[in-house]
Amino acid sequence: MTTTSFRADAADPAAGAGPVADAPVLRADHVTKRFGGVTALDDVTFSVAAGESMALMGENGAGKSTLIKVLTGVYRPDDGRILLGGQPAVFARPLDAQRAGVSTIYQEVNLIPLMSVAQNIYLGREPRGRLGLIDARRMQSDARELLSAYGIAVDVRRPLRSCALGVQQMVALARAVSINARIVIMDEPTSSLEAREVETLFRVIRMLRDQGIAIVYVSHRMDEIFEVCESVTVLRDGRVVHVGPVQGMTRGELVSLMLGRSIDAVRREGATAFRSGHTSDAPAVLEATGLSRKHEIADVDLRVRPGEVVGLGGLLGSGRSETLKAIAGVTAVDAGTVTVSGAPVRGGSVSAAIRAGIVMLPEDRKAEGIVPNLSVRDNIVLAALPRLSRAGFTSTAKQDAVVDVFMKRLHIKASSPDQPVAELSGGNQQKVMIARWLAMSPRVLLLDEPTRGIDVGAKAEVQALIDELASEGLAIVLVSSEIEEVVEGSGRVVVLREGSVQTELTGIHVDEASLLAALAGTEVPE
Amino acid sequence: MSQTLTVALPRRATVVGFFQRYGVYLAIVIVLVVNLAVTPNFFTLDNVRVQLVQVVPVLIVALGMALAIGTEGIDLSVGASMALAAAVIPLYIGYGVVPAALIALACSLLIGLANGVMIAVIGVQPIVATLSLMVAGRGIALLVAGEQLRSVTDPGFLALGRGAIGPLPWSVLIAAVLVAIVAVLVSRTTFGKQLVALGGSRRAAELAGLPVRRILLVTYLLSAALAGVAGVIGTARLGASVPSTLGNLVELSAITAVVVGGTPLSGGQVRVIGTVAGALLLQLITATLVKHDVSDAYSQIAQAVIILLAVYIQRGRAVQR
Amino acid sequence: MTAIDPAAGPSTSAQVWRERLAGLAQTYGAAVVLVVLLVVGSIAFPAFPTASNLANIATQSSFLLIVGVGMTFVILTGGIDLSVGSQYALGGVLAAYGSAWGLGGGLLLPLVVCVVIGLVQGAIVAYGGLAPFIVTLAGLLGVRGLVLALTGGGSSTPLVTDPALSALGQGGVAGLRWPVFIALAAVLVGSVLLLRSRGGQAVLAVGGSESASVLMGLPVARVKLTVYTVSGVCAGLAGALTAAYTSSGVPTVGVGLELSAISAVVIGGTLLVGGRGNLVGTTAGVLLLTVIQNLINQVGSLTSSVQAVVSGGFLAVVVILQTVLARTQRL
Repeated sequence: MTTTSFRADAADPAAGAGPVADAPVLRADHVTKRFGGVTALDDVTFSVAAGESMALMGENGAGKSTLIKVLTGVYRPDDGRILLGGQPAVFARPLDAQRAGVSTIYQEVNLIPLMSVAQNIYLGREPRGRLGLIDARRMQSDARELLSAYGIAVDVRRPLRSCALGVQQMVALARAVSINARIVIMDEPTSSLEAREVETLFRVIRMLRDQGIAIVYVSHRMDEIFEVCESVTVLRDGRVVHVGPVQGMTRGELVSLMLGRSIDAVRREGATAFRSGHTSDAPAVLEATGLSRKHEIADVDLRVRPGEVVGLGGLLGSGRSETLKAIAGVTAVDAGTVTVSGAPVRGGSVSAAIRAGIVMLPEDRKAEGIVPNLSVRDNIVLAALPRLSRAGFTSTAKQDAVVDVFMKRLHIKASSPDQPVAELSGGNQQKVMIARWLAMSPRVLLLDEPTRGIDVGAKAEVQALIDELASEGLAIVLVSSEIEEVVEGSGRVVVLREGSVQTELTGIHVDEASLLAALAGTEVPE
Repeated sequence: MSQTLTVALPRRATVVGFFQRYGVYLAIVIVLVVNLAVTPNFFTLDNVRVQLVQVVPVLIVALGMALAIGTEGIDLSVGASMALAAAVIPLYIGYGVVPAALIALACSLLIGLANGVMIAVIGVQPIVATLSLMVAGRGIALLVAGEQLRSVTDPGFLALGRGAIGPLPWSVLIAAVLVAIVAVLVSRTTFGKQLVALGGSRRAAELAGLPVRRILLVTYLLSAALAGVAGVIGTARLGASVPSTLGNLVELSAITAVVVGGTPLSGGQVRVIGTVAGALLLQLITATLVKHDVSDAYSQIAQAVIILLAVYIQRGRAVQR
Repeated sequence: MTAIDPAAGPSTSAQVWRERLAGLAQTYGAAVVLVVLLVVGSIAFPAFPTASNLANIATQSSFLLIVGVGMTFVILTGGIDLSVGSQYALGGVLAAYGSAWGLGGGLLLPLVVCVVIGLVQGAIVAYGGLAPFIVTLAGLLGVRGLVLALTGGGSSTPLVTDPALSALGQGGVAGLRWPVFIALAAVLVGSVLLLRSRGGQAVLAVGGSESASVLMGLPVARVKLTVYTVSGVCAGLAGALTAAYTSSGVPTVGVGLELSAISAVVIGGTLLVGGRGNLVGTTAGVLLLTVIQNLINQVGSLTSSVQAVVSGGFLAVVVILQTVLARTQRL
């Protein structure tokens, strides 16, 4: 423990502004957490009281997930401490936090897919009967009762993986609450839920709040914050920039707090580095017609002209990424065709798509994009290797030429091309990925969350680069969870909903209000 | 930011890194120095030649194993490939040395093909796929050989195992050529780069449009072919085809050599020279123990400890990332 | 435009049916093939369905089955134990040495030593974070070395001197030897633990998703430690019983036993990636391997290499089917 922990409370932003008078049940006190040379959390103080629902907001990379991991014992703070009911608590592992009453619902359902609903709820604390054996019948009836209290009727003997995602999420919640949780932390719990399921979730959240359970709610979606939260803590670049009640705040204020720019500046310059949405009148280069894939997308049409950026709008699970994957040949379609300049592209083959000039920047850069153990050079030339080789032998000179060009052009910051790509920052890794594809001289660039998890500076650079590439005549499809990125980066937005094209926004209708309305499924305001 | 990261790496990591990179060479030097001190006649030309000849089969198998491990796979069927190659030799030696050797290689390639199809096309885990061929392959070898030991007397063939050009035995020469080929394959060819990328991140390799199936298929074919070469050389050295015992447990020695040589089991790296050093180190340790009349029992225990140590040190690298 | 529900599970009835069928094939496939083989064998070879031959099959299966029970637990966590063959041999040798102190010595000595070996391997896997494959590979070598060291390089074969221990291996009731009952007891106890104890459920959970298990607060490391210990105990017990059955602790037995055990477990429908499987399947897998061997012996002109080919080929077919079935079920 260091001196930071003993600072006067006057400097504590939460002390005066706390909306609820109750003593906080959970409090992170002047917590600092560093990774290598990067400070993820810088003297963060965060607290939540019993019966309070506290929103935790911030841009990607602001430190939300790090804070949650510190609160739940996944990480240990380098500095500062965690207080539970006023007492210092040390969580060496998630189990300790759980035992102390802090439960977490993650974005992805973290349960065991092969086991039954009831087993998942009671894993590790199954009711036991004679001889200390599990009383399966009681476990099932308890599970049924528990879930029905939340208005969910499901056969609790079914394997979890056969249930809808919403049900799975509720099972996770039921598990957390039934462990006598005093604090429930929810990390983007609605990201894969349907509207109906979200409503159920909110009902349960309010119910829990009324029972005196403290809730920490992390979400990107403004609507949700205003609907279920009383207070909000905003993080930016690892620091707390605002703590206060939700009531009386406007969306604009929240956005400007998260972005660190005044509302006027946001209005004037936009929230992104995009200069203008790109449109074009040239004949379409990419034509995808009637793409269908069971459970994922149905009859999706998409046309993109050279020099055009088409945004693909939609909530998570609406089929955005699935559409990109189908076009890029990552997944095989059940029906539908993809053509590039009129020439059909064989489906279900990445290499066929690449040969036709279609390349995709995958959403999960770490797992699907970079090859972490390879150098920057090897990562850049990975797809282009056959072109940079003669009779199967690689040519260092040819590789160096390509690597040099793209490292300079994209301002990739690495000590040398031989540095392992894993050591680079997220933004530079993303630029390496873009370089890999530009080295293939593509005609269609599919971007799935190109700025996710990269710092603000790199984000602006990537956005500017997308602009530049479109100006050079590339056909670009842009998928992003950030509404402002879609709106400001695209000349046209195709909105997906539950796997189908819902509507298309063009011209002046490419704005936040119309997109939000389209996402919500209501009519586009004239 | 990247620069700060590199500078900020703790000192301990560089020490561990040193052992990961050069530990095997250091160990060889230590074993040699120890032998210089305590073993008489260790540094005679004869002994050096004996050690080299003895390490050849394991070394050649280990080269293929390193490729399989580089793809985050494993090949347990190498012993069976050796046995099958050995079993075929006496049947075709009448047609001459080269045809017999080629047919033997072709037969071991069949095992590689079966492995490759199961792993690359169907998607079976490498460990069980090659396990099934480890069992079935040796059975086939025994059936081919009529479950008999057959001596091979063709002088040309025997020269492969026992002959030499000048001071260099043929088998050592062949091994050296294979090491060079594999080293070039890994570092200078498209295939090698793709193999390493595939081992580093299969998903990323697929999304980058690499021919993942073909790479895996070729990897297991190469592994089987190299094991086949080892089987031919082993048979030539023994002067007999012994499919029942030839290559028994060679997969363990080969895996050990690869891992000791610094190739992580988690894939994404192939260290060819390290593998050579790993095989040599194991051979030297065994030879040292044998020269001092330490029983087989203790040399096995020693090998077990070495494997664990090597993997433990490798793990340090994985954690660093 | 077709209405689809991206969040829902299987929608069409045909698909539900296919998935259910795939699941059934995976769980009961080995049992069905076993029954078919038994019927075919009985028709083809008059000497096959005799009581003595069937009892013989039961005895031969019992040792492998005990090893298989431990192996099932390890594989269910997503791990593997290659050291069981060596531990089996060690169990036999130690049982023979221990029999100098009577039945208790003959059983306790191998079990205690194998517990220690299992604990060490389990600790390295669970707390050291090394791959189970390589840890138990080292175990395979090291323990075999220990066996050789104990028996003068494998040249001496200690004999079982305690009549009670020999009786445990050779005696029995109703034509079946004691090891058969012990193996069945192991299956029964193992099944109850797996399905009806918190520890057993944790085993399935760890294999199903290790990261989720950690986040759910399950004692993942302790689970791993336990399964390798259980596997060691099972292998040691099987070795001790084999020694009792043959009245000697042969230092060279059990080479390749790990392969048979893994084959039996996988053939029995346990997923090699863990999270799903059961001991009844393992029992069917073991019986299947033994029956194949027995039938090949019935033919007379066929040899052990044919058996190797059949077992290996069978394993290949089963894992291919499992992989294809798993894909159908979208595991």
